[in-house]
Amino acid sequence: MSISEGTLGELRSKGVEVRRIDKEYYEIFIGPQHPGSGHMRFRVKLDGDIIVDADPDIGYVHRTMEKLSEGREWLKITPLVERMTIIDACNITLPYINALEKLMDKRPSTRASYLRVLLCEMNRIASHLYGFGIFGVFIGHSTAYMWGFGDREVFVELSEILTGTRLTYTYHIPGGVRRDMPQDFPQMVRRAVRYMRSRMPEYEKIFLNNPVIVTRLKDVGVITKNRAAELGVVGPTLRGSGIRYDVRLAEPYEVYGEIDFEVPVFEDGDALARTWVRVEEIKQSLNIMEQAIDWLERHRDEPVIPKEDYDKLPKLHKEVYEKSGRVKLLPAQISMKVPPGKAVARGEAGRGEIFYYVESDGGTMPYRLRVVTPSARNAIVFKRILPGHRLMDLPTVYGSIDYFAPEADR
Amino acid sequence: MSLPELGEEIRVRLGVLAREVKVAKGFVEVVTGRETLREVAKTLKEMGFDHVKSVTAVDYPKEGKIRVTYHASSFLNEELSRFMVGLSVDLPRDKPVVETLYPIWNSVEFMEREVYEFFGVIFEGHPDLRPLLLAPDLAEKKVMRKDFVVREESIYEGVPHEYK
Amino acid sequence: MGVGVGGACAKGEGKVYAGNLNVAAKRARDIILGKLKLGEVVDWATTFSLWPVHLVTSCCGAEFAATWSPRFDAEQYGALPWISPRQTNFIIIEGTVTRKMACALRITYEQMAHPKFVIAMGACALDGGLFYNSYNVVKPWEIVPVDVYIAGCPPPPEALARAILDLRKKIREKKMASNWLREGWRGDVEYPMPKEDPCKWWQP
Ligand code: SF4
Repeated sequence: MSISEGTLGELRSKGVEVRRIDKEYYEIFIGPQHPGSGHMRFRVKLDGDIIVDADPDIGYVHRTMEKLSEGREWLKITPLVERMTIIDACNITLPYINALEKLMDKRPSTRASYLRVLLCEMNRIASHLYGFGIFGVFIGHSTAYMWGFGDREVFVELSEILTGTRLTYTYHIPGGVRRDMPQDFPQMVRRAVRYMRSRMPEYEKIFLNNPVIVTRLKDVGVITKNRAAELGVVGPTLRGSGIRYDVRLAEPYEVYGEIDFEVPVFEDGDALARTWVRVEEIKQSLNIMEQAIDWLERHRDEPVIPKEDYDKLPKLHKEVYEKSGRVKLLPAQISMKVPPGKAVARGEAGRGEIFYYVESDGGTMPYRLRVVTPSARNAIVFKRILPGHRLMDLPTVYGSIDYFAPEADR
Repeated sequence: MSLPELGEEIRVRLGVLAREVKVAKGFVEVVTGRETLREVAKTLKEMGFDHVKSVTAVDYPKEGKIRVTYHASSFLNEELSRFMVGLSVDLPRDKPVVETLYPIWNSVEFMEREVYEFFGVIFEGHPDLRPLLLAPDLAEKKVMRKDFVVREESIYEGVPHEYK
Repeated sequence: MGVGVGGACAKGEGKVYAGNLNVAAKRARDIILGKLKLGEVVDWATTFSLWPVHLVTSCCGAEFAATWSPRFDAEQYGALPWISPRQTNFIIIEGTVTRKMACALRITYEQMAHPKFVIAMGACALDGGLFYNSYNVVKPWEIVPVDVYIAGCPPPPEALARAILDLRKKIREKKMASNWLREGWRGDVEYPMPKEDPCKWWQP
């Protein structure tokens, strides 16, 4: 509350000496050069040790994907948008392909759907472990970094066997995927699942139930249920606040409708709850992986692209597919035209819900492509939740949201 | 409930406020005017659409308009969380000014800033309308409009001295 | 000119850069006891203390982080990412540098301790990569002088580890560190002066 000039003048006229003293805040800049995977800057105003105002200055990795995609062919956009979260590339590109399929009125073959789900879940685990490791770096728990990144390699390696690259797969094409799984893949997946299951209790022991960590995370960065809905946060941040929302549940895409899984929800809304959500989600993803691989093993001889597409392939392409399980793209597919219209699609990526809006004018390139990524939607938390915390809580909140800057900036 | 049913319900609820309600691929599209935008948003919020997923702007230079769409959905209402509503408003290209929906949906704050810097759409009453991602000198160029053309060839004309 | 440390390792010339600690210690002692010129000691020592600064410019950072993880363990080459630019002498540009980031990159680079070394990682840092026609991307080699480029999108952790080894070799061969000590600058690179001020957008 401030005193008006009028009152001050009145006091002055009575011979009282009046001086206005503005409260001095200490302003500090954090980033973009700081430990952890953050390429963003904060302007934080401090009153003593308490944050009174935090202004996230993002856009350090803004690579103009929305604009560039207006000048690329439909299929060439997949590798482009994939780069915003290369650690979660499958989840991030799937809704784009879904939107494209909606425009083209195409349904993926069931086998392709299961392969997509399998890769997406492997990605989700890898992405959670990555976030876990970075969180460890933030709060000075380097064991979490070493373990998280070490175990992540298991799933990165698995996806390398499935798709051929470590991170950037470009695995989906409208109506299917580009590669079938190798013969001995199911055994590998089962081994990885078994290994990760046995590791989970250790993570809980060393990290989540560790009293030092609990003191640091408990009751920090609390987002209540209504506040979370109002701010529109997504992913583990939302589910850590007690809202049971997961796109895989709300609008089951691919074959998530036929798969058995649970959506972990925690009520506390603090940093610890968000971390717990991620750990529980890893367990659920392991279950999904098992179910998907069981199905894939049972239905070995279905093609990974729709039957009618397969029949249209030239002889050479069929041979390649029979021999190596690889779907060679046709030149006509690169310059394909998509019927005019607009479509939206959403999907659940590791960090939360990703939203695509695709508009076509009937040409070989989109008229407009809009993506809203989970990190971009969670960035608002910094502005609204940080004030009132101590400065030392900033890394905790930052890490628990699992903010990935290239994803937010696109 | 299915998407067409939701479309019907929204049509009844909005009445004359909406110029057009139709079912698109994956969402219900509601088109309204600049003056009624706030009221429609308020009605949708009362129906249970409690957050905005995206503020999307599309530039149509031929028709001389920019269409801003708010894709809203629900978190708290499980029934509604399965659907999305796109609330669109058409703005003239040379003077795109519209009232902000910030007081109704807090979640639009950063997204409106984004539309402002990329398209130059001015949201009246927004508490903090600054460029979000771009440096201020680039934001003036309104880069996402169709008349800002990116070069087709590489930005790298020269080869770095010494590629040893 | 042999790339090993003079006569003491004539046999394994050009081969041994890391490895047996006892041998390394013995050689170090030989050198320090005066068999050789001090400049070579500086070059030799610098190769084992390349500390990159934590400036993650883009998505190649995911592989940057994996390089220091248990499976690849780049710490064995004497490189450990460190927080403050004041205590580091080495910077890895992880991919795209946007206009905003260019300012941060230049400031960080200037704050580092001499002699400074730069590795540019990924197709984006070479030639723009996928974002070759983006309006918000700048050429990193116009902002800072680059010693080693790595191709790939993203380059695997092995490639980054390899680049660090290459840089070490280069430092010994070109006597980068000792030249800096002797002359006050590194004669082997041109310090670029950015055409436009990378920080001109900055408004405090
Ligand atoms: S080279 Fe590839 S992985 Fe690296 S920053 Fe560029 S787009 Fe990302």
